[in-house]
Amino acid sequence: MQLNRRGLLGLSASAAAFAIGTPRGRAADPVKVGLILPMTGPFQSTGRQVDAAARLYVQQNPAATQGRPVEIITRDDAGVPDTTRRLAQEFVVNEKVSVLAGFGLTPLALAAAPIATRAKVPLIVTSAATASITQASPFVVRASSTIAQTASIAGDWAARNKMGKVVTLVSDYGPGIDGEAWFNKRYTAGGGTIAASLRVPLQNPDFAPFLQKARDESPDGLFVFVPSGMGAAVMRQFTERGMGQSGIKLFGTGDLTDDDILNGMGDPALGIITSHFYSAAHDSAVNHAFVDAFGKANGGLRPNFMAVGGYDAMGMIYRALEKTGGNTDGEAMVDAIRGLSFESPRGPIAVDPATRELTQNVYMRKVEKRDGQLWNIEFETFPAVKDPANTKA
Amino acid sequence: MLTVLFDGIAYGMVLFILACGLAVTLGLMNLVNLAHGAFAMAGGYAAAIMVNRWGVPFLAALPLAFLFAALLGLVLERLLYAHVYARPHLDQVLFSIGLVFMAVALVDYTQGSQQQFIQLPAFLRLRFQIAGVSVGAYRLLIIAVCAAVALSLQLILSYTRFGSRLRAAVDDPRVARGLGINVSLIFAVTFAVGSGLAGLGGALGAEILGLDPTFPLKFMIYFLIVVTVGGTASIGGAFLASLVLGIADVAGKYYIPAFGAFAIYAVMIGVLIWRPQGLFGRVATR
Repeated sequence: MQLNRRGLLGLSASAAAFAIGTPRGRAADPVKVGLILPMTGPFQSTGRQVDAAARLYVQQNPAATQGRPVEIITRDDAGVPDTTRRLAQEFVVNEKVSVLAGFGLTPLALAAAPIATRAKVPLIVTSAATASITQASPFVVRASSTIAQTASIAGDWAARNKMGKVVTLVSDYGPGIDGEAWFNKRYTAGGGTIAASLRVPLQNPDFAPFLQKARDESPDGLFVFVPSGMGAAVMRQFTERGMGQSGIKLFGTGDLTDDDILNGMGDPALGIITSHFYSAAHDSAVNHAFVDAFGKANGGLRPNFMAVGGYDAMGMIYRALEKTGGNTDGEAMVDAIRGLSFESPRGPIAVDPATRELTQNVYMRKVEKRDGQLWNIEFETFPAVKDPANTKA
Repeated sequence: MLTVLFDGIAYGMVLFILACGLAVTLGLMNLVNLAHGAFAMAGGYAAAIMVNRWGVPFLAALPLAFLFAALLGLVLERLLYAHVYARPHLDQVLFSIGLVFMAVALVDYTQGSQQQFIQLPAFLRLRFQIAGVSVGAYRLLIIAVCAAVALSLQLILSYTRFGSRLRAAVDDPRVARGLGINVSLIFAVTFAVGSGLAGLGGALGAEILGLDPTFPLKFMIYFLIVVTVGGTASIGGAFLASLVLGIADVAGKYYIPAFGAFAIYAVMIGVLIWRPQGLFGRVATR
């Protein structure tokens, strides 16, 4: 390309105009949120739910503060930590996102945490639930819950309801062992006895031997923590083995009766008791509106606890921007998020300024049939539960 | 104690019906088909869709799942596998593992990646006491079906005209052709039946093993263990191997939960040290 002098002048003039133009244009620049989620692979249900809920929030609140729109960019990490890390880096370097969010599993969140620290970008965890994630970087904030939060409440509840003897059955992986430990701690502190602690290999085709073992201990209850897809298999084999009739109560944390797949589990799920922070059947105006809008936007899909994590992550970002006056500096935003409290579809939540974990209600729920569909119906509330794992007593 | 044995037998039977097709293709036709699990998955998904969406009774869905997987096997055999019979084993491995990945992606795309559940009729969820042993109706059905399949396969291969033609076609295809045996037809039928059995296994086993798009990858190793331990010479070998492995797996998980996941591998290693050609293996023929 040949440039004559006049062309060159014109070019530099327009470049100058552009350079001057940008600061004025910044007010309308979108605040970019980079969502990194498993949109394909075995955990795609998580990704789909979080993405749909986050987009719903933006659709309902087109402008955050001072007229700046929020733009969501979603990338698929397929549940592979290497990919999560690379995508986080690309988001920060190329897309210049102001917030990283998503993260379906603990290893994925841990892979991205160092990037958040170095780039000073807030990282909001919508799904992963191991307690150590918030310690991995001062920029991590959680919008879901920790396993300790829900499992310890299950332990309290079991002890309080005079379950004298319980067998625990967990998948042999980080979250499973966390769940087992926290349940045991609170349950035995409440006076219960653990008859046996069974750990099932993660790639386990058949639960039969483990369930038979549990049955032979004839406990009052069987506490189960397995990845959400496997919960249904446990349940069906539990029913098939007639363990319910022999007086054993099946209970666990809410992952067991995930709202997304609860209806597909069929009648064996009826009567199962779980402790969790969100049920699509939660009775509040905010939740009814959320469930309706979510279903309308996604062809009747029912939001689960992953979705509410995505929705509340956006809620945090909007409220933080409000507080900082549109300043997207990472440290300012995390400071603004600390101590936020608002009403979520799950109930009242507050970000603990010390731990960056949510203080929230944990509910005891029972699966019941209403209008031909299965729902987790809440029957007891443990209000304002702090995360016990990161809170120093 | 006996319940554990019973559960182990049921689990072994599922392994057998899933793997026996592979024993046939690998042992008799000398074709390494790692995509065997994909046919099992096809049968499982076919049954799940028929039962859950179209309301076909579960017992009727089983033969239909067999037919579906068999037809799929027939079509793929004619279109694809026919070209790799004469190729080295490495080519067959690469070809069939490629098919597995395609099958996984295809099912993931069309059906989603979540676990599928087949709604069982109420009478299969019952539980009986037989001689003091607590037994589930569903597992009883599995044992009955699989025993019948094993018996008829063995009879067909040993005593019918088709069986002897198949053995002839395997031993020396050229001479068999010279004697007027339609070798490619026999191979096609055998392959289809093997795939169909896998499909039946997928449908029957979905309740116990689970069913999701990664099924062929997750269980490939189990099929291969059954065939390796059983030896590729006969259906009987695969049958015995499945039973031993199934019982070892369930009993291992029951008695020593921490070690349970490894029991099946320990048995495999033990058997292979003792008899490298498998329980009923013949010394390699070619």
